[in-house]
Amino acid sequence: MKTRFSVYPYVWRVPLLIWQGLFFIGPLALMVAMSFWLVKNYRMEPDFVFKNWDKMMSRGYFWDAYWITLWRASLAALLATLIAFPASYTLAFKVSDTVRRWAVFFLIVPFFTSYLVRAYAWQVLLAESGPINAILGYLGLGPFTMLNTGIGAMVGYMTLVLPLVVILQTFSLAAIDRNLIEAAWNLGASARATLFKVIIPSARVGLIIGAVFAFILSYGDFVSPFYLGGSKPPTMSILIIDTTKSGQQWPRAAVVAIMMIVTLFTVAFVAVGAAYGRRK
Amino acid sequence: MRMADILSRVYVAALFVFVFLPILTSVVFSFNSDRFPTVPLGHFTTHWYETAFSRPEVWLAFKNSLIVAFCAASLSTMLGFVTAYTDFRYGFRFKTAYLALALLPPTIPLVIMGLAMLAWLGRLGLSGTLIGIIIAHTVMGAPFAMAICRMRLQQMDPALEAAAWNLGASPWRTMASVVIPFSTPALISAFCLTAAVSFDEFIVAWFVSGLNKTVPVMILEILQGNVDPQINAIGTVVFLTSITLVILAQLLILRRSAT
Repeated sequence: MKTRFSVYPYVWRVPLLIWQGLFFIGPLALMVAMSFWLVKNYRMEPDFVFKNWDKMMSRGYFWDAYWITLWRASLAALLATLIAFPASYTLAFKVSDTVRRWAVFFLIVPFFTSYLVRAYAWQVLLAESGPINAILGYLGLGPFTMLNTGIGAMVGYMTLVLPLVVILQTFSLAAIDRNLIEAAWNLGASARATLFKVIIPSARVGLIIGAVFAFILSYGDFVSPFYLGGSKPPTMSILIIDTTKSGQQWPRAAVVAIMMIVTLFTVAFVAVGAAYGRRK
Repeated sequence: MRMADILSRVYVAALFVFVFLPILTSVVFSFNSDRFPTVPLGHFTTHWYETAFSRPEVWLAFKNSLIVAFCAASLSTMLGFVTAYTDFRYGFRFKTAYLALALLPPTIPLVIMGLAMLAWLGRLGLSGTLIGIIIAHTVMGAPFAMAICRMRLQQMDPALEAAAWNLGASPWRTMASVVIPFSTPALISAFCLTAAVSFDEFIVAWFVSGLNKTVPVMILEILQGNVDPQINAIGTVVFLTSITLVILAQLLILRRSAT
């Protein structure tokens, strides 16, 4: 547009660079550096040693935490995808546009409301003497131990991720060209064949992105495994909190954090690659 | 209606019940007299609200939360808007990297942000201050604000700005009298949503807050003790606040896409 130098574009471009540099990249870079530092007399001293890495990598409890977190987050992503799909399918194909808009409207609300208080509510609901067991008791069932088990943690993960997964799936299903589906029917495809050969492949990107978000959120979550899952064995995030809060061992917590970020990004890249790959 | 259609609607309804059950539970038990909540319910009481809100530290926490939410939301909205405008208006080298930098924070687990912020703010001498929490919440909120502003700018005819320039308005003047008025609903909506994000965030706040506790941090600390129905009372107030903010934000988004 203009050839002479103008300050105008930079006023809009630069604030983000400064802010993210100072308060996003800076802290993360410090954390990486910190993982090579040493703690002496309860104070961190800059250094470049691999002691923290050796310490964490050689401990059984670290790998227990690593695998249980990976396993639970994968299970949560799979469950959320399966539980959400019938609902998303209904919202995408069986209801009017207005109903769908309102449904999405109400699904956004819980995502931005206190997850902590919702987890506490589940703690009350799932307790041995809580309302759910009381109702099951009238039916002659239970009581079941749900709190402080893997089930409790999974209920918490679903509370956290289901609304988002349903929204993402609904959008991707609603965006499918209806002619494609009708064509499949006209050509005599069964409902099952239409679902698996037309609808699911067309909505692949949205389905995978939904699962990836479910994975990311569950993987990093600390509330559900701690308050609903009983924190035994600890997950990676519980390990970070324990290491930071009790032992002042920030460098070792940084090691756990870096392992988490590497794992998350690997999973996300592989999954997004699968979503967009082979799609000509 | 066919059987399958009815079943599929029942399924959707069940999923909504699951999603909203914890919120409803919290509200119902906040008015219930029993200390250990179960069914059948006890009688109606406002006792837990009275107990909770007679404590000065609860009021202090609400004051802290409001200050943090207001400042973090203002900063996030400004940062989100300038970034969204940059993305809308300009192409430049490394723009993909620039946008990745802008949108990356929500993918980093909060526990990790908490640890990194704790160490970094400590170096800057800001740990344990409300400013530290405001900074952390701005980092987390700005991507949401940017997304909302970007969607709004998408609806603006790019020729509108060019027209203003041709009529002799400076870029600054155009920004002030064309772009910002057009984006106002998005700015308000981004403000509400990022305020809700900040108002509910507790992990990073817990890491960096020290003695200046916000409401969710206080809830977290009460939770580490015993069952305490005061949490339901405080939680209900927190829910009402953030639900109001989120619904307000969404109504603005819906109304503006209608016009």
